[in-house]
Amino acid sequence: MSQENLVTEISKRKLIDRCFAIVSLLIIFVAIFILLALTLQILIEGLPRLTPQFFISFPSRKAEQAGILSAWVGTSLVMLVTAAAAIPIGVASGIYLEEYARQNWLSAIIEINVTNLAGVPSIIYGLLALGLFVYQFQLGQSVLTAGLTLALLILPVVIVTTREAIRAIPISLREASFAVGASKWQTIWDHILPYSFGSILTGIIIGLARAIGQTAPLITIGALTFIAFLPESPLNSSFPYLPLQITFPFFNFQQFFAWLNAPFTVLPIQMFTWVSRPEQAFKANAAAAGTVLLAMTLGVNGIAIYLRYRLRQGIKW
Amino acid sequence: MVDNFLDNSLKSETIQPKVEVKNFNFYYGDFHAIKNINFIIPQQKVTALIGPSGCGKTTLLRCFNRLHDLYPNNRYDGEIRIDSLNILSPQVDPIEVRMRVSMVFQKPNPFPKSIYENVVYGLRVRGEKNRNILDEKVEKALQDAALWDEVKDRLHKSAYDLSGGQQQRLCIARALVTEPEVILLDEPTSALDPIATNSIEELISQLQKKVTMIIVTHSMQQAARISDYIAFMYLGEMIEFGETKTIFSNPSEQKTQDYISGRIG
Repeated sequence: MSQENLVTEISKRKLIDRCFAIVSLLIIFVAIFILLALTLQILIEGLPRLTPQFFISFPSRKAEQAGILSAWVGTSLVMLVTAAAAIPIGVASGIYLEEYARQNWLSAIIEINVTNLAGVPSIIYGLLALGLFVYQFQLGQSVLTAGLTLALLILPVVIVTTREAIRAIPISLREASFAVGASKWQTIWDHILPYSFGSILTGIIIGLARAIGQTAPLITIGALTFIAFLPESPLNSSFPYLPLQITFPFFNFQQFFAWLNAPFTVLPIQMFTWVSRPEQAFKANAAAAGTVLLAMTLGVNGIAIYLRYRLRQGIKW
Repeated sequence: MVDNFLDNSLKSETIQPKVEVKNFNFYYGDFHAIKNINFIIPQQKVTALIGPSGCGKTTLLRCFNRLHDLYPNNRYDGEIRIDSLNILSPQVDPIEVRMRVSMVFQKPNPFPKSIYENVVYGLRVRGEKNRNILDEKVEKALQDAALWDEVKDRLHKSAYDLSGGQQQRLCIARALVTEPEVILLDEPTSALDPIATNSIEELISQLQKKVTMIIVTHSMQQAARISDYIAFMYLGEMIEFGETKTIFSNPSEQKTQDYISGRIG
C-alpha cells in the first residue's frame, strides 16, 4: 500500500471514530436532558409547598393543609425494618455462597435463582408477601410486613454485591491469612469482611434506594392511602424514656416494638394518592412529596458514595 | 534412587531430618502433578527446590503447609512427615500444620493494615491477648527480619507505605513471629530489585541457625548462594537431591547437569 493510500485509509477510520463519539455524546445528552427536565419540573411545582408545616402535617382533604408526616415516618420505619432484615440475611447468604458452599449443581441452581430474582417484578413480591406474611403468618398490613416484603425484594441485590465484593479480594491475601494458621471464620471475620465492607455497604444502600421508591408491593399487601396518626412511640415522653417496667423482664417489649404492628403509608403511595386527585393543588403536593423522595434517594446514594470513598482509603492492592 | 539420595548427602556429615517425604504424589483433579517423590529436608538448613517452570516445585512447597486444601479436587497421596507426624493423615487438621509451618509468598502480600497488625496477626489467631507479650514478640520478629530499625517509629502506619523489599521482610516477620519449625519460601525475591534481593538472602542465611527453611527459586545463582541442599525437579519428578556443592560440582544425573549448565530450563 502506497503512502498516499495509507493516509486516506487512516483518515477514513479516524472519521468513523469521531462520528461514533459525536453520536454517543448526543445520546447521552438526550438521556440527561430528559432526566433533568423531569427533575426540574418536579422541583418547580413542588418547591413552593416545601414548608416546615408540610413535614409535620398529616394528609388532609384540604390541599394547603395536607402534609407528609405519616408518609415520611412510614417510609423511614419501613426502611429500618427492611435494612434490619435484608442486611444480616443477605450478607450471610453472600458469605455462605462464596466461601462455604461447594461447587455443585445445587449451588449452581441457587446462583441462577438469586440472579434471576433480582429481575422479578416487584408486584410479584407483593403477592408473595400477601399470601405469606399477611395471611399465613398473620403479621397484618403493618410496618413489619412491608419491611419484610421490601427486604425480600432487595435480598438478591445484597447477596450478589456481597459475593462480588468478596470475590474482588485477591487470593494472595486469603492465602496469607490461612498460611499463618487462621481458620476459615477468622479469615472471613478479620480480612474478607473488613476489606469488602465498603463494596458490600454500597450494595446494601443501592438496594435500599431501590426499596424506598417501591409502591406496587406495598399496595398489594394493603398499605393505607390515608392515615392521620403515627405509630405508637417506642419511648416514653419523660425520663428515663426507655419503656422500663417493675415486673419481669423489666422492659416493656410490647410497647417498644408496637410500631412494627402499626398500619402505615409511604411517600410513593402518598404521591400516587395525590396525583390521582382532580384538584390542581394536590398535584403541587405530589410534586413536593416527590422532591422529598428524590432528596431521600439522593441522600442515601450520597452516603453510599461517601462511605465507599472513606472505607476504600488505605485499602488497595 | 532414594537410598542413592541419602548416601549422597550423608557423605560429608550426618544430617538430622526435619521433614521426610515418602512415596509422595499430588493430583490437581486428574492431573498428576507430583510423581512419587522421596527425599528428606534436613533440620536448620536451607533446602532449595529448583527446576524449570512447571516442574512442580511450587506445588510441592504448598504441600508442606497443606495450602492445597483450600481448593477443591486436590489430592495428596503418600506421606510427608514432620518430626515423625504424618501431616497428610486425615486425623491432622491443616490448621495445625500451618501453625507449625509458616510461609512467605512470591509477591509480598501484607494485609492492608498497619505494620504492627500484620506481624501480630499470627499471635492473635492463636488467642494471645497480653499486650506486653504481643509487643515483645512483634519487636523480636521485626528484629529477626532486619526491619525493626526502619519501622520502629511507624509501627501503626499502613504496611502499604513500605517499599517492596520492606514489605517482603514484613511478610518474613509475620512468618517468624509464631516461632515456626519450618518456613516455606516461594521465590521470595522474584518480585524484588537486586538490593532488596540481597538483603532477603542475607536474612535467610542468618535465620537458618534457628529454623528449617525450604525455598523455591528460579535462580541457580541464588540456590548456590544460600542453600545447603538442593532438590532438582523435572516434570513432577525428583531427579536429584544432595548437598549444594555436590549438585553443582558433581551431579550424578545427566538432567541435573543439563539444567545447571543452562541446556534445559
